[in-house]
Amino acid sequence: MPALWSTAYLPKSPKGAQPDRNYDVTFIAKPKIAHPTLPKNDLGLTTRDYEGAVSTLCAGCGHDSVTAALIQAVFELNVEPHMLAKMSGIGCSSKTPAYFVSQAHGFNSVHGRMPSVTTGANAANRDMTYIGVSGDGDSLSIGAGQFVHAIRRNLNMCYLIENNGVYGLTKGQFSASADIGSKPKKGLPNQQEPIDPVSSALALGATYIARSFSGDKEQLVPLIKGAIMHSGFSLVDVISPCVTFNDHEGSTKSYAHTREFYHHVANIDYVTPSEEITASYKEGEAMPVHLRGGDTIVLRKIDRDYDPTSRADAFKFLRDRFNAGEIITGLLYVNEHRAEMHELMSNSDTPLSQLPYEGLHPGSSELLKIQGRYR
Amino acid sequence: MASVNDVVIKIATVNGTGSASANGLLRKAIFRMGVPVVGKNYFPSNIQGLPTWYEIRVTGKGYHCRSDRVDIMVAMNAQTYERDLAEVEPGGCLIYDSTWPRSRLFNRDDVTIIGIPLARMCNEHFEGVRSRILMKNIAYVGVIAALLDVDLDIIKNLLEETFAAKQHLIASNMEAIHFGYDYTRDNFPCPLPMHVEKMDETEGHIVIDGNTAAGLGCMYAGATVGAWYPITPSTSLMDAFRMFCARYRVDPETGKRTYCIIQAEDELAAIGMVLGASWNGARSFTPTSGPGISLMSEFIGFGYYAEIPAVLFNVQRTGPSTGMPTRTQQCDLLSCAYASHGDTKHVLLFPADPAECFYMSPQAFDLAERLQTPVMVLSDLDIGMNDWMVPELDWDDSYVPDRGKVYSAEDLEEMENFYRYLDVDGDGIPYRTLPGVHPKGAYFTRGSGHTKLGAYTEDSVEYQEVVDRLLVKWETARTMVPEAEIDYSRFNKAAILTLGSCDGACKEALDRLEKRNLNLNYCRVRAFPFTDAVSEFIDQHDAVYVVEQNRDAQLRSLLINDIEADQRKLVSILHYNGMPLNAGSVVDGILAEIAKGRAA
Repeated sequence: MPALWSTAYLPKSPKGAQPDRNYDVTFIAKPKIAHPTLPKNDLGLTTRDYEGAVSTLCAGCGHDSVTAALIQAVFELNVEPHMLAKMSGIGCSSKTPAYFVSQAHGFNSVHGRMPSVTTGANAANRDMTYIGVSGDGDSLSIGAGQFVHAIRRNLNMCYLIENNGVYGLTKGQFSASADIGSKPKKGLPNQQEPIDPVSSALALGATYIARSFSGDKEQLVPLIKGAIMHSGFSLVDVISPCVTFNDHEGSTKSYAHTREFYHHVANIDYVTPSEEITASYKEGEAMPVHLRGGDTIVLRKIDRDYDPTSRADAFKFLRDRFNAGEIITGLLYVNEHRAEMHELMSNSDTPLSQLPYEGLHPGSSELLKIQGRYR
Repeated sequence: MASVNDVVIKIATVNGTGSASANGLLRKAIFRMGVPVVGKNYFPSNIQGLPTWYEIRVTGKGYHCRSDRVDIMVAMNAQTYERDLAEVEPGGCLIYDSTWPRSRLFNRDDVTIIGIPLARMCNEHFEGVRSRILMKNIAYVGVIAALLDVDLDIIKNLLEETFAAKQHLIASNMEAIHFGYDYTRDNFPCPLPMHVEKMDETEGHIVIDGNTAAGLGCMYAGATVGAWYPITPSTSLMDAFRMFCARYRVDPETGKRTYCIIQAEDELAAIGMVLGASWNGARSFTPTSGPGISLMSEFIGFGYYAEIPAVLFNVQRTGPSTGMPTRTQQCDLLSCAYASHGDTKHVLLFPADPAECFYMSPQAFDLAERLQTPVMVLSDLDIGMNDWMVPELDWDDSYVPDRGKVYSAEDLEEMENFYRYLDVDGDGIPYRTLPGVHPKGAYFTRGSGHTKLGAYTEDSVEYQEVVDRLLVKWETARTMVPEAEIDYSRFNKAAILTLGSCDGACKEALDRLEKRNLNLNYCRVRAFPFTDAVSEFIDQHDAVYVVEQNRDAQLRSLLINDIEADQRKLVSILHYNGMPLNAGSVVDGILAEIAKGRAA
């Protein structure tokens, strides 16, 4: 069956390839009407080609803004839709993969287990782009173990946490990222120490760590682009307010609170290899970081004291600013020197799923030899 | 008790003292004399210090199960002298290290006590504690060689093969063999009336454990991704896969590997990785045991409903809960057959020995990909970790993996639309696509309610349509799984029906019952769902003795559930103490039922 092993296929006409899902109220396809002047990327696709089904999240949900940023990022990066895998677990955040790039394969797995499925998928085909969308409940409670170990393997993926501090689908219980003193609509304020995905990832050795706010698309899009192009595990923790259960006064994950205490430290500009780095930068203010794939990001350091290439400094800075009540955003740490999972394991350059069977076994004559030791 | 090539040697030692290689040497030497052997390891859940036993059954008739007696006890562990002595058959003998005489302990007059000053001899000749302990083990091999008349030249050849790279060890090991051998011959009448004589019954056979054979099978099946979490008794399966892949799957020039083994953080992750890799087009598997299946259950149900291939090896151990991790049972039949919440049922394969572990590995991958569902191979500790004599493994070079119904880029290019869960062929098996192949192949994989087109649904009719179609697939699976081994040769209305590692004991039991003029037919199921031939077999008999290794008659329950077998006919013969089944238990169980008035 040679067809099974066929390599990547370039889209000829990606439009109109979708099943008609209009009959289904919970899965509404967007009408395929595109404005003729919409800009096209190098593949000849517009942002409309990177859209998904209509969101069924609450009106005003921060997650939908993240979806818009994701669409913008993959459009600008010229990601071939079918070479993208959208992975998720369970929860409001994990519905997101249905809402972008319909022509990419999506995998809505079980609660907290997106990292393991992505690990296996990536092991089978290292040529694809993997975006995992998770939430604070999915990643910091039920899936904490898998989150930790995906980082430890330096799995080459972009891992987004849509962080709102609550369980939305079960109607507003606090998650492990809720801050001390967060007040629920009913009951007592949270008294447990929050788990901060960013400092956790830093402690665990993640190689690209960013935080942003769903309401700041200008900052978020380049951070996602950098995360996708980074070779290794990249975390983008996005504060994404839950308008239904956690946007009230006293909530540290509300729009109002986030806007007030939001503090950029190191934003990035994403520069593709075809562009010249024209942005001038002064030492201490901006620095270029060359990604392993050949691309470059330019860090724009807003806070002069911040060094995003030093794990120890980043950790201290994060904790100090956290204690001062600030939400530090931007690219907080990056390490382009550590090998990702396949490199660490010396895996074949050809995706394992595309290796011809003939080369995977030594045949009957060798089987006889192997058995010598069992005689 | 004169007998040739029918003797059972049990060696009692302390875990962690390096006796395994000595025991293996003895077992292999007898095998090389052309005499069939069975090797069973009874070991504790411990690394060092607790009692452990190795049993070698010399069986000229070529039986495959453990014996129900011990003729020669090599009592090397003072902790267990008492129970070891009690176990010896009248007329048998017990060998012990008489460096420390224990004549008062050994108080049976129907057993010959053979004292050999093993420690003294080794201490006099070897330097260093470690070397003295190891050589003492080799020395008792010499003692048994003298008593049973095992060919010393064969032992020497084996040592030469083992220590090809360490020549000096050959001489010292042979020296230790001779301490035992010569002392025994000088002080006791050798050989014993029960001893070993050369035969020609092992030609074309190997002695191998099931986990090694399954690991080898996975390599030949073309598996490329293995994910696992260490658990006894399955760990050596991945060790074997790793060993064979290191030899055949590494590019000699670049050092690049065509396999990926991931030690997961737990079984929850291991099965997630397998599903992710299979979804993405790799042949992927995980070896585990009962507790691992419990943890994997949520994902197994996901694989069933989202229709993702996966191969699991469950090397069963004694439950419930942690149970006895180093003892054997067939206790996960129900938990595997119906793993996960909701209406789920899974294809199971039941290998009877290491050879079937090898052959069922590619079969499991073929079935998993053909049926697009998790397939579990239910081995057990007895098969997985013990040494079985089986015919040499054979490989058909014309084998082509059955990757099932997968649309290629060319197929998709020509199609108007692709829908993931349509029953195009009427066999309940839809077509799938692999990510990264073609934009038209994109679909959303989900464990939530979905329509036959692949879209999310909470609509009753659309939901039910898909789960009903899965039942059609189940019936297709019934026609594809390996056929049962069925023997109608005896004209009788009674029969034995069993599975897996019970095979050897049941076949020996049939021989023994025949000597009592009780002739039973035989059926060994190889898979779940059960084939039509199994239904017919039960229909043809008035009494079917269902032999299995668990307390709750799980195979019997499956027969009643899956093929509505007449439960009045199904008489359970159960064995579940953690030791491998022997023929005596089967015979006793059946005779007891017959005494109660059951059909024979």
